[in-house]
Amino acid sequence: MKPGPSNNVFPRWLNRLRIVLGAGAAFGGVYVVTLFAYGASPKTLNVGFAPEQPVAFSHALHAGELALDCRYCHTTVELGARAAVPPTETCMNCHARIRTQSEALAPIVASWTTGEPVHWKRVHDLPDYVYFDHSAHVTRGVGCVTCHGRIDTMDRVRQEQPLSMGWCLDCHRDPTPNLRPPQFATSMEWQPDKPARELGAELARARNIRPSTDCSTCHR
Amino acid sequence: MGSAHGPISVGSAGTQSRGEVWTRPVLVDGDQSLGAVTRRVCDVVEAPKPPRAWYIAITISASLTLMLFGMVVYLIATGVGVWGNTNPVFWGWDIVNFVFWVGIAHAGTLISAILFLLRQKWRTSVNRAAEAMTLFAVCCAGMYPAIHVGRIWVAYWLFPLPNQMQMWPNFRSPLLWDVFAVSTYATVSLLFWYMGLVPDLATLRDRAVTPLRRRLYGFFALGWRGSARHWQRFERAYLILAALATPLVLSVHSVVSFDFAVSQVPGWHTTIFPPYFVAGAIFSGFAMVVTIMVPARELFGLRDLVTMKHLENMNKVILATGSMVGLAYATEFFIAWYGGNAFERFTFLNRALGPYAWAYWIMIFCNVVAPQFFWSKSIRTNPWLMVGVCILVNVGMWFERFVIVVTSLSRDYLPSAWGYFKPTPIDICTFIGTLGLFFTLFLLFCRYLPMVAIAEVKTVLPDAHAHDEHGHAGGAAHGRSPEVQHV
Repeated sequence: MKPGPSNNVFPRWLNRLRIVLGAGAAFGGVYVVTLFAYGASPKTLNVGFAPEQPVAFSHALHAGELALDCRYCHTTVELGARAAVPPTETCMNCHARIRTQSEALAPIVASWTTGEPVHWKRVHDLPDYVYFDHSAHVTRGVGCVTCHGRIDTMDRVRQEQPLSMGWCLDCHRDPTPNLRPPQFATSMEWQPDKPARELGAELARARNIRPSTDCSTCHR
Repeated sequence: MGSAHGPISVGSAGTQSRGEVWTRPVLVDGDQSLGAVTRRVCDVVEAPKPPRAWYIAITISASLTLMLFGMVVYLIATGVGVWGNTNPVFWGWDIVNFVFWVGIAHAGTLISAILFLLRQKWRTSVNRAAEAMTLFAVCCAGMYPAIHVGRIWVAYWLFPLPNQMQMWPNFRSPLLWDVFAVSTYATVSLLFWYMGLVPDLATLRDRAVTPLRRRLYGFFALGWRGSARHWQRFERAYLILAALATPLVLSVHSVVSFDFAVSQVPGWHTTIFPPYFVAGAIFSGFAMVVTIMVPARELFGLRDLVTMKHLENMNKVILATGSMVGLAYATEFFIAWYGGNAFERFTFLNRALGPYAWAYWIMIFCNVVAPQFFWSKSIRTNPWLMVGVCILVNVGMWFERFVIVVTSLSRDYLPSAWGYFKPTPIDICTFIGTLGLFFTLFLLFCRYLPMVAIAEVKTVLPDAHAHDEHGHAGGAAHGRSPEVQHV
């Protein structure tokens, strides 16, 4: 085979295009990886989700300033899988007498008169194929604040944690930094009196807390 | 290739008298000039129209491929329930067909890598087509694990990709080893095949008469100019790839056999599986090469390049590996009895005498009895008869996988959980569809790429060994064997 004009089937400037294409492919690879690693991560997509609710209810006022316990409204949290969203009646326990004329309370009063429940917007929403039990966590000493953040400072509730599978697994593999005596589960301000991991290890030993990481633990 | 141009003294010098001159075997027939080889191979690609039979064949095979796509879409849209897989046989035709196609894919690498390292020069005429066949068989095989997972959109979970679920494949599972074994095999086979093609693509580029052909072949020829430096690097790289590919011939089907052998199902849990599977894979692969090379060489007038000698050699490999497979069947039976495990013993008796006895005896006839006809030279050199035997071998090797997968699962430890597997029409049409895909790809390959490695065949022609004309005395000066030098 002689080197001749027939061998040069492509013009010379294609050599430069080759470099451009190579750089483009390298950059494109980095771009796609970054896009998926950060852009599609639940940390980016879900953290900070704070929908406007039909009622301008402030957790900062009720749970913070007034220091109502979480369980006053979310009654089932120690007993069942779901932390119940309170019915209008729970609000009316107090608001039948307190600030009955408040503008912010109007939707609750309307609901009370018509019997139509308030359509609260769900903030912390796990996929339907995930089985999560609040009682299993709360009664063994995982505080509300660990997953939901400082609710007592939020006017409107927002999602603080990614709630991704990897995030769940981090704690299931090593729950010690997140354990506290169960009587403080609903406290927003509780702090361990020694390093959290040390206390957590003691609590885990005492209560035989060894969370499972089997698929069927959460996907039943 | 090219590296052993000196006259080779025959290893078994003892059987040869010392004065006798070793003559280089003639590996191709017909016109022995270098140009004739180029013309014969390129004419297939450059002919304005392929033979009429090509059109008929590709119409049929492309229709079957369309049917395959339809079946796969239906499967994905509906779910794996459209197949016959159900309790207790959860591995049905999907795994049978996967192993069947992976097995067929073994001849290509054996011919291209092992026979290359062993300096079996006759491989040059058949390696290109065999490697292409390997790739197409891997395509058919690789499809099954992907579509049988059910939720194909999460098939990437097979690979260890970091993700927010922190989900990671189980590295203790042979199913994961399989993912790596098959994907490595596909990658290396593709590189090997493509690298061998580069000089021939450059030939097609230089002969091209239309700009489109020149550009297309030129693009894939990677700027090959045929300089001495190109050749030197090419041959070194080819040798390295051959060395890398060689362990794969043994590893891929060993790992496929681990899918079964590592489990505890009676009839699967046996240590003989890796060598037995590898022998079976080479057996079925060579049978498929012969099955498609015989019509291809007739159709495209390549009888001088792919000679009867080549086919006969491959038939001998089929005879040898077929006998190994037969020995493995006998050993399995013997060990089932000798091992004294009641479940194992039952499984093997059940295979031969149970509800799947029909499949078992088809397998025995096709894999053990049929290749024995190749002891007869007149049968192994008759194109019709050898294709007949090779088709039987392919049928037999499909049934071997069927017997292994289905009989063991249908009746294992618990009699209350026994069942009888029945494929659905979707199973059958999907399998026929993969045959269509395989032949479609092969027919396209025959028409658009050089079916025989032009550059490699030239190295076995007399013109490549001009110094042979010095006669024996001249050759002895370069000879590597002391026997020759002492003459």
